[in-house]
Amino acid sequence: MNADQLYEALRKVQEPKGYYFNKDKARVFQLLEGLLENKGRYGYMCCPCRLAAEDREWDRDIICPCVYREPDVAEYGSCYCNLYVSREWNEGKIPDVYVPERRPVEKRFR
Amino acid sequence: MNQCPVKLYSLSTCSHCRDTKDLLNQCGVNYDCVEVDTLEPAKRRTYLEEIKKLNPECTFPTLVIGDKVVVGFKKDEIKEDLGIT
Repeated sequence: MNADQLYEALRKVQEPKGYYFNKDKARVFQLLEGLLENKGRYGYMCCPCRLAAEDREWDRDIICPCVYREPDVAEYGSCYCNLYVSREWNEGKIPDVYVPERRPVEKRFR
Repeated sequence: MNQCPVKLYSLSTCSHCRDTKDLLNQCGVNYDCVEVDTLEPAKRRTYLEEIKKLNPECTFPTLVIGDKVVVGFKKDEIKEDLGIT
């Protein structure tokens, strides 16, 4: 699968749930390339903005879309990576703030 | 511009790390960059210990400018620490 195919496949599933790709397509495609890179490296699409433990079970919470996306989009209008955003965020109705890391610190290294 | 050593702890796939590299490059800053996700496990562990001392949150990017540490892509903070106004 290439990034174009991944884009379309994810868009179809995620948009009806209210999660949109960032309107900055260049950024989205960089992140999708990162997801494909991680899929090749680890066998799962680990979040490109977090360090994988190379253990699917350990990293289950950060397999994209991560479990933190829902609270992050609800609170900030964007996920940690700025890959998925709300419609309002894309329309500039929500300030673009740096989304803090929500993953518990003890999960970040092992 | 501040000429102190600049070191970036990065992930090769991370958008915020890329933003940070783009900013440093645009500002003509020479810096060392470690792509932690590309390292073999033993080296990765060593660097993670180093990062934890600088940034107990252990998130990326972690940028060291002289004796200052900037966690995340904080454009204004980075420019200020670099002495760029």
